[in-house]
Amino acid sequence: MKTSSVKAKEKVMQWVFTLCACVSILAVALICLFLFANGLPTLGKIGPLNFLLGTNWKPGNDLYGILPMILGSIYVTAGAIVVGVPVGLLTAVYMSRFASPRINRVLLPAVQLLAGIPSVVYGFFGMVVLVPAIQQVLKTDFVRKVLHINNGKGMSLFTASLLLGIMILPTIITVSKTSLDAVPESYYEGSLALGATHERSVFFTLLPAAKSGVMSAVILGIGRAIAETMAVVMVAGNQTWMPQGLFQGLRTMTSNIVIEMGYAAGLHREALIATGVVLFVFILIINLCFSLVKGAEKNA
Amino acid sequence: MPDGITAQAGGCEYANSGARMIPPIPAQNRRGARAFALVMRWLVRIAALLTAAVLIFLIGYILVMGIPNLKASLFEWTYNSENVSLVPALINTVLMTAFSLAIATPLGIFAAVWLVEYAKRGNKLVKVVRLTTETLQGIPSIVFGLFGMLFFVNQLHWGYSLIAGAFTLAIMVLPVVMRTTEEALLAVPDSYREGSFGLGAGKLRTVFTIVLPCAMPGILSGVILAVGRIVGETAALIYTASTVAAIPESVFSSTRTLAVHMYLLANEGLHVDATYGTAVVLLVLVLLINCLSGFIAGKLAKGK
Repeated sequence: MKTSSVKAKEKVMQWVFTLCACVSILAVALICLFLFANGLPTLGKIGPLNFLLGTNWKPGNDLYGILPMILGSIYVTAGAIVVGVPVGLLTAVYMSRFASPRINRVLLPAVQLLAGIPSVVYGFFGMVVLVPAIQQVLKTDFVRKVLHINNGKGMSLFTASLLLGIMILPTIITVSKTSLDAVPESYYEGSLALGATHERSVFFTLLPAAKSGVMSAVILGIGRAIAETMAVVMVAGNQTWMPQGLFQGLRTMTSNIVIEMGYAAGLHREALIATGVVLFVFILIINLCFSLVKGAEKNA
Repeated sequence: MPDGITAQAGGCEYANSGARMIPPIPAQNRRGARAFALVMRWLVRIAALLTAAVLIFLIGYILVMGIPNLKASLFEWTYNSENVSLVPALINTVLMTAFSLAIATPLGIFAAVWLVEYAKRGNKLVKVVRLTTETLQGIPSIVFGLFGMLFFVNQLHWGYSLIAGAFTLAIMVLPVVMRTTEEALLAVPDSYREGSFGLGAGKLRTVFTIVLPCAMPGILSGVILAVGRIVGETAALIYTASTVAAIPESVFSSTRTLAVHMYLLANEGLHVDATYGTAVVLLVLVLLINCLSGFIAGKLAKGK
C-alpha cells in the first residue's frame, strides 16, 4: 500500500520536473509567436522594403522606415567593439598570464562589479560625465581648427560607443580569460623552449590557441551592445535621421522602441513592435553565430 | 611594478617554471624581441589599469556626487512632484523581486533537477531545453518588455501591473537560476546519491534530502545574482509594470521600481540632486547584492 503511493509520488514529481524544464521552451515559443504574429502583418502593411530600407521615420506622416535605426544599432555596436575588445582582451591577457595572484584577487572582483552595475546607472554616468566632457573637448580650438570637426555634439555615436565599450568589458574579459586559462601549459612551455620571450609566447602561442574563445567573447559582446537600451537612450541623442558622423547623434532600434512606445497608437505602435521583431531576428542570428563558434570549438 | 613575473630582456624568467632559457639569438633579433616584449608588457598593464580606473572613477563619481544628496526628504513615505521620494519605488522593488523570484526560483530549480537527475543521456528534449535556455539568455530586455506588454498586459488583460512585470522578469531571470542550479547539482558527488540509494531512499527523497541541500550554496548564489538583475532592470518594466510611484494596492496595480524611478528622474532632469541620491542607493544596493552572491559562491569553492 505504502510503496504504491510512494511510487505514484515519484511518477508525479518526475512529470512536474519535466514540465518545469519545458517552461523555457514554452517561453521562447510564446515570445516568437507573439512578436511575429504582431510584427509580421505590419511588415506586410507598410511593405517590407519600405520598412527595412526606408530612410524616413516620420510617424506623423505615416512614414515608417527603420533603416536609420538599423544602421544606428550597427554603428553603435561596431563602435563598442572597437573600444571594448582591445582593452578587454589585453586586460584578460594581463590577468591570465602577467598579473600576480595578489593583483588578480583585486582585479577579478572589480570586473564582476563592473558587470553588476545597472545600465541606468551607466547611462546616468554617461549623461552627466561623458557627454559634457566630450562637448568641452569638441569646443577646443584644436579639434575645430586642426581636426576640422565642427558643430560636433556631446550626445553622439562616439559617446554611445565609448559607454557601451565600457559596458561590454566584463563580458569580453571573463570569456577570453576563461579560454586563455584553458590553453594547456605545454603550449607555453614549448614556445619558451624554442627561445621565445614570455610576451612572444603569450601573444603568438597562447592567444592563437584561445582563438575560438576570444571569438565567442566578441560575439557575446556584440549581443550585449546591440541589446542595450537604457544606457544608449541616455547618451546617443536619438535623432531619427540617417547617421551623420562620429560626433552626431543617432538612434538605435532599442531606443526607438523605448522612446515612442509610451504614446504610440495604431500603425505607429505596430511599427514599433515590428522594430522589436527586427531586433529579435538580429539577436537570433548572433546567437546562431555563437553556437556555431562554440560547436567548432568542441569539435576541434 | 608588483608583477609576479619579471621578464628579462632577451631571455625569460617565468615565476613557476623557475628555468632560464636563453638561446643564442642574433643581436638584431634580440633588440626587436626586447622592444616587442617591452611594448606588450606595458600595453597589457595599461589596459588592466584602464579597466580598474573606469570602475573606480564611475563608482567614485556617483558616490561623491550622490552621498551629500542623501537627504531625509528623499526617504519620506510618499512621492509627489515636489519631493521625489524613493521610498515607494524601493518598496515596489522589494515586492517585484519577491514576486519574480516566487515564480522563477521553483521553475528554475525543478528544471535543473530534471536536466541533471532525471533526463537520460542523449535525450532530444534536453537539447531543445538547452537551446531555448541559451536563446532566452541572449534576448534583449526591451524585447522581453515588448513581449510582456503584448502577452501579459494585453492578451491576458492584466493591464500595466506588478504581476505583469513580475512574470516578465521571471522569464528573464529563469536561465540564470537554471544554469547556476545545474552547475551546483553537477558538483554534488555521485557517491552521495549512491549512499542514499544504498540506504533504501527513492529517487525523489534523494533529490530533496541529499542533493538539493548539498547544492544549496550554489543555488543561493544564482538566486541572488537573479535578484541583482531584477533590481537593476529598467527596459523590461517600463511597458509592463509602468511607472506609478505609489505603494501598490493589489498585484494588478501599476508600480515603479527603483531603476525605473532613476531613469525617469534622469530623463526629466528636474531634480538633479535627488537623481544623484537615487543613483547612490540603486548602485550600492545592486553592488551589495552582487558581492553577497560572489561571497557565497566563493565560500562554496573554498569548502570543496
